[in-house]
Amino acid sequence: MLPILAARKPQIHEKGAEPFAMACEKQSLAGSVSQRACVFCGSRVVLYPIADAVHLVHGPIGCAAYTWDIRGALSSGPELHRMSFCTDFDEKDVIYGGEKKLYRALVELIERYRPKAAFVYSTCIVGIIGDDVAAVCRRVQAERGIPVLPIHSEGFKGTKKDGYRAACDGLATLVGSGLTEGIGPHSINILGDFNLAGETWMIRDYYRRIGVEVVATITGDGRVDDIRRAHGAKLNVVQCSGSMIHLANSMQESYGIPFLRVSYFGIEDMAKSLYDVAEHFGDETILSRGRELVRDEVAAIMPELREIRRSLEGRRAAIYTGGAFKAFSLVRSLRTLGMKTVLVGSQTGNREDYELLRELCDEGTILVDDTNPLELSRFIQEKGVDLFIGGVKERATAYKLGIGFCDHNHERKEALAGFQGMLNFAREVYRTVMSPVWRFVPRKSEAARP
Amino acid sequence: MLLRHTPPELAERQALTVNPAKTCQPIGAMYAALGIHNCLPHSHGSQGCCAYHRSTLTRHYKEPIMAATSAFTEGASVFGGQANLLQAITNIFTIYDPDVIAVHTTCLSETIGDDIPQIVSKARDEGKIPPGKRVIHCNTPSYVGSHVTGFSNMVKAMVDYFAESPKGPSAGTTPGRAVNVIPGWVEPGDTREIKRLAGEFGIESIVFPDTSDVLDAPQTGKAQFYPKGGVAVEELARTAASRATVCLGPTASEAAARQLYTKFKIPLESLELPIGLRATDRFVNTLRHLARSPVPASVAAERGRLMDMVTDMHQYLYQVRVALWGDPDQLVSLAGFLADLDMRPVYVVTGTPGKQFEKRLETALAGRVPEAKFRQGPGADMFLMHQWIKNEKVDLLIGNTYGKYIARDEGVPLVRHGFPILDRVGHSYFPTVGYRGAMRLLEMILSALMDKKDRDSPEESFELVM
Repeated sequence: MLPILAARKPQIHEKGAEPFAMACEKQSLAGSVSQRACVFCGSRVVLYPIADAVHLVHGPIGCAAYTWDIRGALSSGPELHRMSFCTDFDEKDVIYGGEKKLYRALVELIERYRPKAAFVYSTCIVGIIGDDVAAVCRRVQAERGIPVLPIHSEGFKGTKKDGYRAACDGLATLVGSGLTEGIGPHSINILGDFNLAGETWMIRDYYRRIGVEVVATITGDGRVDDIRRAHGAKLNVVQCSGSMIHLANSMQESYGIPFLRVSYFGIEDMAKSLYDVAEHFGDETILSRGRELVRDEVAAIMPELREIRRSLEGRRAAIYTGGAFKAFSLVRSLRTLGMKTVLVGSQTGNREDYELLRELCDEGTILVDDTNPLELSRFIQEKGVDLFIGGVKERATAYKLGIGFCDHNHERKEALAGFQGMLNFAREVYRTVMSPVWRFVPRKSEAARP
Repeated sequence: MLLRHTPPELAERQALTVNPAKTCQPIGAMYAALGIHNCLPHSHGSQGCCAYHRSTLTRHYKEPIMAATSAFTEGASVFGGQANLLQAITNIFTIYDPDVIAVHTTCLSETIGDDIPQIVSKARDEGKIPPGKRVIHCNTPSYVGSHVTGFSNMVKAMVDYFAESPKGPSAGTTPGRAVNVIPGWVEPGDTREIKRLAGEFGIESIVFPDTSDVLDAPQTGKAQFYPKGGVAVEELARTAASRATVCLGPTASEAAARQLYTKFKIPLESLELPIGLRATDRFVNTLRHLARSPVPASVAAERGRLMDMVTDMHQYLYQVRVALWGDPDQLVSLAGFLADLDMRPVYVVTGTPGKQFEKRLETALAGRVPEAKFRQGPGADMFLMHQWIKNEKVDLLIGNTYGKYIARDEGVPLVRHGFPILDRVGHSYFPTVGYRGAMRLLEMILSALMDKKDRDSPEESFELVM
């Protein structure tokens, strides 16, 4: 049996064990092989899909190289976001400061690309040497007449969540600077969907079909001008609450725009996200169109879903996500497929998230916060898991253990949101869980023996 | 897509890197450390660094990558990272139980001035390092060098920390039998091939770092935190008693070899990476001298088969213009091989700075490609490469995955080689070093060119036999 660090124990809970006093939102222990990333990572992934802006990484080359086009956030138009721009610090910059370089880089980029805005990401080193990034941004903004937004995303200043907040601060300064003429009463902004594999397009289309106007998609397939007029929308619909709740709060304070928390993953949650919006507007037509849409879409996918469920019934899954919110939907979606979630965790969930997860899950399900590969492999083997849902760092571990894997993170290749997405998800789960390759793998039970 | 974002007009850039042809030092140190048996690499910096390196290495190798982090916070950044590293050392030995922790620094810990040896010696004084366990380190600020120099620094650290003068009565009188081989930043399959070649000559070799059986580990149904591969600490200790060091790829390997010479007077032979015919000839010749025996028939036959393939297909290679990017050691040998094949490596770009690169390239090309353009260091990036190509087209691209945008925009075939390869498999298993590796390279080059010919030929000249 592998030892669990004493200090890690409060961050692990098995449902059924009392009391429930799960610790989370803690700094990772130094020396852990954590699956977590940094503040910069949080800001970068949230803002990156804004396709007509320049995204400039102010710091050493690594921060730019590792975030160059790694997430399939699709754009229907410009693709400036897929380029990697960096001030590429050298020793001189560390000694003398990087402000001049930043200024020159911004001017060059704006002249070449005429972007609608520029985002400047501060990295660790910039925070340490104390470049006044905000002052450089103000100067360039004044000279060039486009918004130039400093994002205070120094890596060491917290977790990925703090990076989301820094990104939202940047977005909040954009919102409110555009004209809101012509925006109707049944209008929303889609917050917290990043258009991975075209998911924002699907969601946007659902809302259009039920008669709801989408003003801005933040940030999937995002455009600067849409975001500038987002304050004209009457409601914010927030998915992935971890990343965007801060912006929703700030828009509520500044513009009195209420918000709803939704999820687009799974039949129940997707339907609810349409109904909730309809109910918010208190409009019978929207609601009845919503019901019609859900009925049609569900009818279209159910026969195949039932078929898939027959094969997957009773199989076991483990889930490890970035934010915990997605995990709720995944537990429900897996239930739709007849699968049981026996392990669920996240990098950055909060106490409320874990309470909800605990209610949602069956007895014996293990909850983990900020876990590591040792713990993950141990629990996966103990629980006899057939499917692991996680991100890039977990995939290889799952395969080594001879377990099916589904990427529900940056590297998803098919849309998993919406009704069609539920079917895609089911197919993907089926494809990996039922794959004949596992027959050629040394038997899991043998491998699990010490 | 980049088509629209890459204007052909060249302009000097001083402040901006666009689409880099390098990444930062720490990932190289992490990769090198994975080539030590039972070693956990440790990133002394923010959590993001470690996460990014692990993700990138996982994407390239499709293997679990284990590494720990000091998880810097705002406090650590003000007061220094000593407390974090001390806690990390305790936690790592308690829970992950490696033989070695290989610490590398980051821009953050370098700039705040953490003194790693001092912190490690404090850890030792406080009993945080169990008997027989080791903590080594190298400095890898992200604003100096590139991933390749970070790799080189960690390889040198292996010598600094582990190589020991032999003890006992006969110590120092006769050199040992073993030969040190430093394979450079190559794939696990390449290291395996280099070991095999040395073995064909009957040479007892100590190969370090050695990522074979670490990053190409078989599927066993088990999650092995430390796979069976990697050079053992005892072997590294014995490098000080070897009779010679052969280092392959000066940028990645020479620093460690020089250190073995400086400290222990182990003679060194510094060679270019054995990629292609003549670079492999030089490696084989070195092995022949060290083995004091003729080239084994098996190796001679491998060379013969390569030559046969080259002669069979040479008409397809004549004057093919090639653009290359990646790391200096690979580029020098590749460019030389292409020139040997009568191809024209016209553009060569690496983001890695360093003094000898241009000279080495010129030596490899020996005046055969006078129109060749090289660029390295600041401003040498994929954007520049794309601009060059827009100004004068090439027929083939050879480099890492980041070339796929150019390949698509310009309709030029791409042969993937180097680091990172994020969108194909094979590179970690099938070597490109040695004669057999050269055959694989040649096969990839020919397939790419001929697939394009098949795709683009009008129907009447679409040929069955090629």
